[in-house]
Parts: sequence; structure tokens; C-alpha cells
Amino acid sequence: MALLSIDTAARRLRSGAVSSTELVADCLSRIDADNARLNAFILVMADDARAAATRCDFELANGIDRGPLHGVPISVKDLFDVKGTVTTAGSRVRDGLVATADADVVAQLRRAGAVIIGKTNMHEFAMGPTNEDSAFGAAHHPLDDTRSPGGSSGGSAISVATGMALGSLGSDTGGSIRIPAAACGIVGLKPGYDELPTSGSVPLSRTVDHVGPLAATVTDAWHLLHALRGKASLAPVTGTVPSELRLAVLRGYFCDLLDDDVRRAFETAVDTLRQQGATIVDVEIPDTALIAPAYTHIVFGDAAAYHAHALDTMPEKYTPNVRLRLEMARYVLAEDYVRALDARRLLRRQVDAALHGQQALLLPTLPIVAPPLGAATLQIGAAQEPVRNLLLRLTQLFNLTGHPAITLPCGTSSSGLPCGLQLAGPIGQTDALLHHARGVEMALGQ
Amino acid sequence: MTIERWLKAAVEDAERRGLPELKPLLEGLARATTVLRTAQPGGEAHGPAQH
Repeated sequence: MALLSIDTAARRLRSGAVSSTELVADCLSRIDADNARLNAFILVMADDARAAATRCDFELANGIDRGPLHGVPISVKDLFDVKGTVTTAGSRVRDGLVATADADVVAQLRRAGAVIIGKTNMHEFAMGPTNEDSAFGAAHHPLDDTRSPGGSSGGSAISVATGMALGSLGSDTGGSIRIPAAACGIVGLKPGYDELPTSGSVPLSRTVDHVGPLAATVTDAWHLLHALRGKASLAPVTGTVPSELRLAVLRGYFCDLLDDDVRRAFETAVDTLRQQGATIVDVEIPDTALIAPAYTHIVFGDAAAYHAHALDTMPEKYTPNVRLRLEMARYVLAEDYVRALDARRLLRRQVDAALHGQQALLLPTLPIVAPPLGAATLQIGAAQEPVRNLLLRLTQLFNLTGHPAITLPCGTSSSGLPCGLQLAGPIGQTDALLHHARGVEMALGQ
Repeated sequence: MTIERWLKAAVEDAERRGLPELKPLLEGLARATTVLRTAQPGGEAHGPAQH
């Protein structure tokens, strides 16, 4: 069955061609068919979803229209509080902690009429990019279940890529929305820092955490973003025409270490945009060597503070790999944390400078396609690199700097696995970034 | 504290806590710390003012 976009579903709901009850039934049937194999959901909220769909159908039939998400099934990463359910964060550490209220962003989704269909699997405490280390078992890639779907919002990406939900709510501290979205061939948006509230979610790093949507298309990401802001609109995102696109390809570090298939897909996309009239220049970030060290010290320092008590009192409840990384985090020194904050400020200025005169930066989202589950390292050219480092390599910069960034599909590898293209825009201009991303999406024929 | 002294102390502490498998992770953290300290992105007391 072909996937249904939120945008199309919204129009069909209003024409009477489909009901919310039917949309929910379709998603639940897909979950029944595939969740045992893919492990996308930690909790399926079938009864609640059916009841909410019935209410949505009644409201639409009686002239109450909450906007494009009204009656649309949406999944939620199990990092966010959904009232009456345990927010597991993919961990046994949080057993029995039932949320007494919805997270702010979940409440916004409900106000926009979204039907919460379930809570999705994730890398434990968002502490990794593969979704392998979850107390609820690894999630599996929809196209090859021997591979990772990416993470940490792996279940969210699977749910959208397979039609188990029409959109999903995720979080992104080093790429946790964009990594699985790219690996699974969908769209993932990390808005600017602090653009959407994190209250009611389990933090990884409060100064680096971002909340955002995963969706089938840029238009759907637009609808979700506006609903999450509390300003749902039926107005579609208008794509910037290719001849008006001004983009800067991030070269150097961002293109030095790419799988051959990813490089081919990315350069083909750049060539296609140029052929359609886009103005594209090359730029570099001078201090890329600081990206991973700054990220590690800030995120791990923040995580150590949050997890210290649980590490001391219930270490056996963590998955082994996540426990080890959190224990390592406890050795970050204050003076080095401050150096990392200084590095972050420097990198933010350098990204701003790279964006000067440009609408967006353009780069691959991942240097590789979805990696095999269990792989600790992968060979790229002559280099043997840790999978974790590879997956985070091209996304974590914009978590540090707070610039909005979006991934969209850009072709496939020779083995048919998706490749992703990333756009990052100026701070405070997320809507404009989505207009440009829609333009790129159309130019690439999607 | 120098990185060498920090790493030695951290590895010994991890071993005392029954976590010897932390050693390679701490060595990786030490490499990242070395990059930050070498760059000293916020300047230093015996150096030019930052602008």
C-alpha cells in the first residue's frame, strides 16, 4: 500500500473520502502486520486512538476543524510524557513512572486534533544513534531488518516510513531526528534551539536538546511544526523556485569521509539543483576539529548530572553500553566543559559566517547508509571508523549551534537503501528553511 | 590537572569501582579533551583579549 501524506489525508478527510476512524484502523493494521518484526512501538494505544478518532470524525462532521492534523494518526517518541502512560525513554530505569500530564508538545498535537497512536522505540535515554541499546529491544530498518533504522528516534522514523503513523514527534540532541529520518528515507526537522518546548520530556542535554517532527514530506513537516507551535494552518509551504535558491555546500570535513554511494547521491542532487538554476557555492567551517570534542563534553557533562543518582542506585537497570557511556561522562572536568562552551560559541559564529548571503547550507545528512546492527566500526575508503561517530558526524554541529536543520531523501545506494540531504538555515528562520527545503524537494522530483 | 594525570586517575578510579571496561572510553575522552585544550577557544590568562 502506498503511504498517505498528512497533506493528502487532510484533504481527503475534508472531502469525506476517508474518516479518521479509517486512518487509525489502517495504521493499526500496519502495526499489527509489521511491529513484531521492526519493533517500532513500545506502546500501541489502540483503544485511545480509536476513541479519539471517533471524536475527530464527530467534530469534522459538525464543522469543528482544528487544522491539517485533525484526525491524523501521529506517533510519539517514548521520551515525551503522554498522560496516563509510562515515559520509558527506552529504559527500565523509569519503570512505573506514569506521566500525570501531557508534555507541552503532546498537548499541542492534541489541540491540533492529532490522534496519538502510540509511543515509539528509541535508543535508551537518547544516548546513541542506532536504536540498538533499548530496554525494549533493538528497532529494525524497514527495508532490511538486519540493519539499524538509525536513532535515537528510530521507532518514530520506522512508523512514518511504513505508514504505521502519518507523522511522528521526535527529539534531536546530536541528530536523533535527522539520522533515522535519513536512514529510513523520510523527512526530519530539527527546528532552532528552544523553538519548541522540551518540558515534559526526558532530557539528554538541556542546552543541546531539540524537539521536532518526522514526516513523509517537507509539507507534512511544515504542518507538524506549525501545530507544535500552536498555530496550525491549512496553508501549504510554498517551495522556493530553483532559480531563486542560493545554497552553500559545506565542503572539507563534511564531504571528506563519505561512502561512495552517499557521495554519488549527494553530488547528483547538487548537480540537479545547479541544472535547474540554483546558485550554489562551496564554503567551509574553519574549526571542524572542535565539533565532536565540544559535543562530547557538553552532552556527556549534562547527562552525567541528570543520571548520577540513578547510576549509583540502580545501575543494573541501564543497558550495558549506555551505562558505560554515562559512567564515562562522570569524568568530564568542569574546566573542559567550559572550553566546550567556548568552542560552541566559536562554531556558532562560524556557521553564521558560512550562511552569510546564503539561504541555507547544503550537506549530506549521513556519511553512510543504514549500518548493520551490531557493527561497531565501518570501513570508508582506507579508514575504519566507529559507527557512532559516523552517524553523528554531519548532524551534531547544528545541535551545538542551534541552527535549524532538515533532512530530506536524496536517492538510494546501489543496494536500495536511502540517502539523505541536509539543509541548515539561519537562526530564527525555520519557516524560510522549510520553503527552501520544499523547493529542493520539488527540484529533486519528490 | 594535566590530561595524562587526569586519565591515570580516572582509569584507576574506574577500576576501583569495578568498571575496568571504561578504560578505552576514557582514553577516547582524553583525546577529545586534548583537542579542546590545544585549541583553547576561550583564550587564556597569559594571552590576548578575546573579541
